Amino acid sequence: MNIQDILSKPEDASGREGPSNKIVLSSRVRLARNLATTPFPGRAKKSVRVETFKHIRDNVMGVDPMRDAFHTGMEDLSTLDKQLLVERHFISREHAAKTAGSGMALSGDETLCVMINEEDHLRMQALLPGLQVDKAWMAIDQFDTALESNLDYAFCKRRGYLTACPTNLGTGIRVSAMLHLPGLVLSEQINQIIQAVNKLGLAVRGLHGEGTEALGNIFQVSNQMTLGETESDIVERLNKVLLQIIDHEENARGKLLENKAKMVYNHIGRAYGILANSHSISSKETMNLLSLFRLGIDLSLFPCNKPALTEELFIITQPAHLQKTRAGKLSAEKRDILRANLLRSRLLKVDRPATPDMRKTEENDE
Amino acid sequence: MLCDICKENEATVHLTQMVEGKTKKIDLCESCSKAKGVDDPTGFSLADLLLGLGASQEMEESGNTMGKCPKCGFSQTDFKKTGRLGCPDCYDHFTEGVESLLKSMHKGTRHVGKAPAVWQQTKVYVDRLHSLQSKLDKAVAKEDYEKAAQLRDEISRVKSEYSESTIS
Repeated sequence: MNIQDILSKPEDASGREGPSNKIVLSSRVRLARNLATTPFPGRAKKSVRVETFKHIRDNVMGVDPMRDAFHTGMEDLSTLDKQLLVERHFISREHAAKTAGSGMALSGDETLCVMINEEDHLRMQALLPGLQVDKAWMAIDQFDTALESNLDYAFCKRRGYLTACPTNLGTGIRVSAMLHLPGLVLSEQINQIIQAVNKLGLAVRGLHGEGTEALGNIFQVSNQMTLGETESDIVERLNKVLLQIIDHEENARGKLLENKAKMVYNHIGRAYGILANSHSISSKETMNLLSLFRLGIDLSLFPCNKPALTEELFIITQPAHLQKTRAGKLSAEKRDILRANLLRSRLLKVDRPATPDMRKTEENDE
Repeated sequence: MLCDICKENEATVHLTQMVEGKTKKIDLCESCSKAKGVDDPTGFSLADLLLGLGASQEMEESGNTMGKCPKCGFSQTDFKKTGRLGCPDCYDHFTEGVESLLKSMHKGTRHVGKAPAVWQQTKVYVDRLHSLQSKLDKAVAKEDYEKAAQLRDEISRVKSEYSESTIS
């Protein structure tokens, strides 16, 4: 099996568009569910996990949107395949470490994804491009309802859906959105925003969730509390906060162009320079520079290019995707060279950033 | 007095806050108080801080008397180590410790969201029964016995309907 033949091509995956796509890259809602009579995966014996996995998988595959789904046990995936799935946000890094007795299923259009025997028996998510947390909730709610008629969920009236970790108890819901916030980072307002969002009981994390760095100015905002509030209230609250963050990001970009245009154009020009001309580049540096390149596209400095290009480059320059093109493991050094080659050749077709009329700005800067 | 968090430095910041109607106190050294954002009084909630201290202590205390979960053999030490419970029954077994943990973690301690369809049926039934019962009580209080008799019949009808629907 070659996982790359199953997953959509990076250029197709990055071409999906949604509302407020300029700032909100994607929206996701995930639900945690467990079976009533089986210990949680972390506690269950391997034989029990294997059995539970089959039982859940068969039921998942029986639900309508999953009939043409791809599914696999974790033991049938190579380390590189698993990492590839992590880079596409279909499985968690924790799940990638799992072997026999755990698995996953992914719908044909890649909007629904189920992890079986991760921390909970079931972790199902709906993933949509742009700001669509409400639609993602509707999709996963429907899927969960279809599934519950055949699976005996661990549920109690008082505490709701029972989960391995008490932080997910009740609704078992995690609503999140991936945001690209270079304006707030460049104007040094990001920490203020993070603090304000934290005070509302929401978490701000890096690209791959808990405990990860905010590379490429990409931040994940999600709810933390799952008990004592209905799903739709949680979704609505997050949506409101997201709209405000979008506002702040747009304002920050506007202000930067008004007061510090030189600084912004300088960053973007240098980012383009390095991406288009380097001969060795790490994935971290690539992500950070691609963020600035994307900002340049948003600001119409690269008139013939669309944000989807940066998204595609973002996907294909990550370690597993890069190594998959060469069908095998590569040392970090070789990866950096390969990455730089790839970027140079792709950016050949991208003209240098336009130099906007700076007379007004220069006056401001002086 | 030593800092409650690092247990190394002298505590210089002393905090008292009402959490869920109880007075909670905590003593911190300067660096820990900064690390926890205590110097910013608007954003600081003692509950968040106690999540790491009080909750696990309470879990530990109740755990000592409760021992292991009869269903999966999960113990308090396991919880401390992993931060996860062993099986759905653990929630019933470690009720007290879990309850205080939930208070500090979530908006409430009672679930108000989605329920599986089987449970929703039950909820509709229970709600209907409750409202009929209170109407019956009112009727009796008003000595309106005709109404009360009607309501009594209605209650027994709802009850028998429900037991039939759950059997089938």
